[in-house]
Parts: sequence; structure tokens; C-alpha cells
Amino acid sequence: MTPEQTLTAYVLRLGDNALVLGQRMLELVAAYPELEEELANANFALDYIGQARMFYSYAGELEGAGRSEDDFAYFRPEHEFRNLLLVEQPNGHFGDTIVRQVLFDVYYLSLLEALTRCSDKRLADIAARAEKEVRYHLRHCAQWLVRLGDGTDESHRKAQQSLDELWRYTSEMFAADALDEAVLTSFNGPDLGEIAVEWQKDVSTIVEEATLSMPQEQHMASGGKQGKHTEYFGYLVAEMQSLPRTYPGATW
Amino acid sequence: MVEPAVNRDTILEWLADVPDPEIPVLTIMDLGIVRDVECGTGVVVSLAPTYSGCPATEVIESSVIAALEDRGIANVTVKRVLSPPWTTDWISDVGREKLREYGIAPPERGASKRALLRGQHGIPCPRCESANTELVSEFGSTACKAAYRFADCLEPFEYFKCI
Repeated sequence: MTPEQTLTAYVLRLGDNALVLGQRMLELVAAYPELEEELANANFALDYIGQARMFYSYAGELEGAGRSEDDFAYFRPEHEFRNLLLVEQPNGHFGDTIVRQVLFDVYYLSLLEALTRCSDKRLADIAARAEKEVRYHLRHCAQWLVRLGDGTDESHRKAQQSLDELWRYTSEMFAADALDEAVLTSFNGPDLGEIAVEWQKDVSTIVEEATLSMPQEQHMASGGKQGKHTEYFGYLVAEMQSLPRTYPGATW
Repeated sequence: MVEPAVNRDTILEWLADVPDPEIPVLTIMDLGIVRDVECGTGVVVSLAPTYSGCPATEVIESSVIAALEDRGIANVTVKRVLSPPWTTDWISDVGREKLREYGIAPPERGASKRALLRGQHGIPCPRCESANTELVSEFGSTACKAAYRFADCLEPFEYFKCI
């Protein structure tokens, strides 16, 4: 791969994570039991969709084949998406949603911070913009996790269960593949080994504050970065793409 | 063909009439999102988006084009610039005063790293300046605002989030 192709693939992957998580959260719009969290969720989702648009537009320019942000989002099949398995997991109950968000945001924040120092100016600029938003999300979600873990017996039990179940999708974030290595070498990209250490420290701080326990070592799932997704993902893609695929080129 | 007889300062004055669509008391100059104006054969206005997903971004871009076209400038281009990223520190002092008068507490200065688990406390009420206030929701009526209330009289107010 040329450096441009490497960067295109990497930026697309960042866009996929942001889009898929944003889409998951959009499923909850108008479904939250409480107005405040309804707004929080919709605000978060908007930020992720906005970030996906910036990544996709840039990927389209790098690729130079005339593909737009909509082409990447709406006209690629499931196996061409390279998002992490964690972000495609279903919303489940509120504890599941919050735990998924905390586990991903702690990683994503460190990743974006590292990307602000990468040698590609445009990617560094996008990361600097997104990092400020994710910092705010993380604070909100971490506070919720503390409230759930340190709340009632039932909320504690459910939060611990969410943490134990989603844990298996976390090691994929730090398993550097050829693309991660290439971006690290050619563009001074994030060092996933360093990010893993920071992540472990930050997550255990939050988990401890929430009176929860760090999950036991267990079998870890991976495949998202290679386009091998969990069973839930196809439904998400089908719903997300149904309108543009039914009415290609429609505008409003 | 007639070249537009305008300079940068005139354009900036005109841009000071373009309101933010979500908080119309502020202009885009108060917000600090106008980063550059270049006058050549056409006019290029560089704008910094506030939040990645802010739905007002596109509205602002078309308002800028419309405002300049109304004054007879035909060839207007809007460029999005990400660097340096916009933070609430870019809001001018005039903008902060306008926010306060409008009933929205202006953002604190010094957008920066915040602790992992701590929120912000003691945002002064825009009406009476008392800091005896409490956070109702981190997320308010638009992406950029949080909801607070004054603890003594329970009067709700909005806070322009420091980001």
C-alpha cells in the first residue's frame, strides 16, 4: 500500500467506528425514559455522526475516486465496514449502553489525543476537534457508571454484568494490525501499546469509584478490523441503509 | 466586468450582521468562528465549525453566502477550517456580555482538560451573579448548552458549556 492508501484505509476505519456508534445511539432517540438523558444521548449521537462525516469526507478526498461521505455510509456492504466489535453491540439496557460508552470513550479519547500529534495535518485537526467532544461524553458516562455501580443492589449487579459481558470486545482495540503499524511508522500515529496501558489505568479508576470489580480474564473476541462482524451488525447496516438504497440519490 | 469594490474590513462588518441561528443574540463574529476573509476575484470566508455534529454549521454557511450576495458579491466561497479548533474561549467579551443579558450564563474561560469524574460547580446565575446554583442536566436545548438552576429561587437558566 502507498502511504495515501494506508491513510485512506485508516481514516475510513475511524469513520466506521464513529458512524456505527452514532447509529446505535440514534436507535435510542425518542426512546429514553427521561428527558435529560434523551438530550444527552441525542447530543452524543450528533457528535459521532459529525465526526464520521469529517473522517469520510477526508477519506473520499484521499481516495480520489469521487466517493462521498454518503457513499461510504450507505452504499458499502457489511463486510467492508472495519469498525470495532464493541461499538456495534446492541444497546441492551441502560447499564449496557453506559458501559459500552465508557469502555470505548476511554480508548477513543486516548486515541484522538495521540492522533493530534500525528504527522498528517488534516487528521490531526479532525482529532483535535473530536477530542474535545469525547472528553465531555466520557465525563458524563463515567459519572453514570459510578451512579449505577454505587447505586442500588440491582443497579450494581446489572452494571457488573454489563461490564463482564462487554469486556470480551475490549482487547481488539489494542491489537495492532498491519494498518495500525503502518500508521504508527509512516505518520507518527498512535502507539496502541501505550494506549492500552492508559486505558487499563483509567478504566480501573472509574470501575473502582463505581464499587465494581474488573472482569476476570476471559476469551476475547475480535474480527471487526478485518470486516468480520458479530451477528447484530447486519441488522444495523440494513436499517441504516434502507432509505438511501430504496431511493438512491434522493435529497431533501 | 466590474470588480467588487470591497475590502476585508467591509466584509467583516457585514459578517457582524449574521446571527447564530440557535442563539440569535450572538453574531458569528461574537462567536469567534470567522477565521479569515480573503478578497480576490471573489470572496472566501473561512469558518471554524463549533461542534462536529452542530446542525447549525450548514445554516451558518448559507447565511454567510446569502448576506454577502444581498450586498452584491456574487462569487462567495465558504471554507471550513478545523485548526486551531474552536473552543468557547473564542467567544468575544462582547459576546459573553450579550449572552448574560440574554439569560444564558457565558462559558468559563480556560477550556482545557477536565478531570475524569468531576463536573463543574458554582456557575454564576446570569441574572443575579449568585454562585448558589446547581446543575440540572449537562445537556440542554441545543448541543452547546447545559441546564442549571438557581438553588435559592429555583429559577432555571442555561449555561453555555465550556468545551
